[in-house]
Amino acid sequence: MDVRLQVSMVFHLDKCIGCHTCSIACKNVWTDRKGAEYMWWNNVETKPGTGYPTKWEDQSKYNGGWEKKDNGKPELKMGNRASRLINIFHNPSLPKMDDYYEPFTYKYEDLFDSPEGADQPTARPISMVTGKFMDIEAGPNWDDDLGGSPVYAENDANFEGLSPEEQQELFDVERLVFFYLPRICNHCLNPACVAACPSGAIYKRGEDGIVLINQEVCRGWRMCVSACPYKKTYYNWSTGKSEKCILCFPRLETGQAPACFHSCVGRIRYLGGILYDADRLTDALNVDDDKLVDAHRDLILDPRDPVVREKAKENGIDERTLEACERSPVYRYVKEWKMALPLHSEFRTLPMLFYVPPLLPVMAKTENGVYETANDELFSPIEKARLPIKYLASLFSAGNTDQVSYALKKQYAVRLFKRLETVGDVSEEVVNYALAECGMDAEEAEAVYRLTSLPTMDERVVIPPMHREEAMAMLDDDMWEQKGSAGFGFREAPVRGA
Amino acid sequence: MMDNLLFIVLPYIAVTLFVVVSIYRYITDKFSYSSLSSQLLESDELFYGVVPWHIGIIGALTGHLIGFLFPKEVLWFNGVPVRLYILETTGLVFGLLALIGIVALMWRRIRMPRIRSVTSTVDTIVLVLLFAQVVLGVYTALFYRWGSSWYAASAVPYLRSLLFFQPDIEMVKPLPHIIKTHIINAFLIIAIFPFSRLVHMVSLPIEYLWRPYQVVIWNWNRKKIRGQYSLSKAKEDSNMNVIGR
Repeated sequence: MDVRLQVSMVFHLDKCIGCHTCSIACKNVWTDRKGAEYMWWNNVETKPGTGYPTKWEDQSKYNGGWEKKDNGKPELKMGNRASRLINIFHNPSLPKMDDYYEPFTYKYEDLFDSPEGADQPTARPISMVTGKFMDIEAGPNWDDDLGGSPVYAENDANFEGLSPEEQQELFDVERLVFFYLPRICNHCLNPACVAACPSGAIYKRGEDGIVLINQEVCRGWRMCVSACPYKKTYYNWSTGKSEKCILCFPRLETGQAPACFHSCVGRIRYLGGILYDADRLTDALNVDDDKLVDAHRDLILDPRDPVVREKAKENGIDERTLEACERSPVYRYVKEWKMALPLHSEFRTLPMLFYVPPLLPVMAKTENGVYETANDELFSPIEKARLPIKYLASLFSAGNTDQVSYALKKQYAVRLFKRLETVGDVSEEVVNYALAECGMDAEEAEAVYRLTSLPTMDERVVIPPMHREEAMAMLDDDMWEQKGSAGFGFREAPVRGA
Repeated sequence: MMDNLLFIVLPYIAVTLFVVVSIYRYITDKFSYSSLSSQLLESDELFYGVVPWHIGIIGALTGHLIGFLFPKEVLWFNGVPVRLYILETTGLVFGLLALIGIVALMWRRIRMPRIRSVTSTVDTIVLVLLFAQVVLGVYTALFYRWGSSWYAASAVPYLRSLLFFQPDIEMVKPLPHIIKTHIINAFLIIAIFPFSRLVHMVSLPIEYLWRPYQVVIWNWNRKKIRGQYSLSKAKEDSNMNVIGR
């Protein structure tokens, strides 16, 4: 047992209101720079929809992620090592800038400087790459709220498993449905970007599992961009280096929540430490698609287990870190309650960002052409959900509908349970049946309710101590040499090389 | 006098710049070492330029290196006309590939506003020098029948004399102007190398073929810092640790 710590995340999609505050917080802190304008380390997309970059889930187009092999050694979908070096001059699966969008601004000066005339002056869009006038064809969140739309929603890659009738239902005006999917780097346990980097510039931090790109080692070979199935590494066209979400590690190291977590209006984001067994990683990668979620969950260890604690301490994990892991909201959602699921686990990168699938909309459906807001049942059961379970399973459990059903049923049961308690217009039988169906007792239902609806900032974000002061001491024999000489970022502006 | 300047002074300046500036830049400004790929901005046309260019130039440079290392063997090989033709044709094919590639790349760079916006002055100088070099090389291969033997018999002894600090330019003096220009231009390219994006050549990631897929870096030694752990063992385990081979 090789116990390691991972700073892990849960996004509660049933609470996401799609306000994009997270995206803006991230943009303002990290990617408001030349060459990074088109990057959204954090983005929120509408599902069903094609997402950002367009159709990123379609690996027949982008060749991201891993493939299971018979010899027990998963290989990148892009091909073997040699193929990476052969394709180093021209990477055939690299997304183009137009798959994201060409960044633009407007020529605002014209509003002030135009000579007097019969017409109002306009601010025409100009490209932030060329500085020339351009016609905008796409932009950030271009498909925002376009669930049910022909161009965007219809081309969602997750519709593959659905029958044409099921698909068509999603586009009927009265039935159309969408939810939001906020995405950041998953800081995977088996990151494809790390494996694909010819320079060895990308690495996972041993202490907390954050995946980073060393900007001084990156040579711009661009393999990480195609290897990441979530398209969460980006190529900076100006500096010629790849960049990605750093989980705001300078903030984490000083005990602050990452910018996107801190600013989340719907309070959907949870962060906490997870202990996992690194010895069993390869086993978890060699199971069939429908068992992936269980295998992934099996890697996660109980921080209260004395054996785990013993092994963790042997690996240098501090007592204070273990205490933080005990309070981890991620552990509860993912392991204890089994409500949070990894996004597209069939990519086999073992993503460490988990999603509680959305239960909404709970009410309202059309019956005989009439839009019914009231049901015979208070909350319509998940079998009648507008979003087919199969669709959610394609996103969150590699097609295994049992996993998604369980997570939804649990949310459903908690709702009924609280309804009985606060309003009392449901029968106790119904509540008990709903609770029993997902093996939940009243105590757990109350705990789920509290962590879902009433968590404080300190309950949502439990940052394990990073002990950077000790890391500094390790850097050199003479720790005072480092004092005052190290900081974040560059000592000079990161300018493009000649 | 002019010959001394071009064939003795220039080469030494060029190689000195190459070595000193490359190392200095690597030490002080690693961030600037990049291939500066523009594939994200434009991918389709790039393919028809960048692939033939790299295959062509790697083939041609390898040919030059073999000639430099084994001049006698090359001369012996060329002793039979058929073999001479094979060598010359191979060189010409690589040269033409490089020529097609660089023309496509220049055309793309001139024509596309997105690519122009990531073109520096140094990029332009490098492109012009490389284009000239390839044209001169292909011209030699086409219109001088014994280019490879010439190289082995005249240019290589001259280059080796430079290497051993006993410059002897008698062998290059009688060469045609085209070939002389080719040599001078080569040193110009070597001189500009460390100031340009050409530095990506020295970071060819061959190590990737055998390194483990996953890279985990510990900022502190996880066992030394808190566990009961011997220092010698800690050193062994430090910094690089690897999962999921």
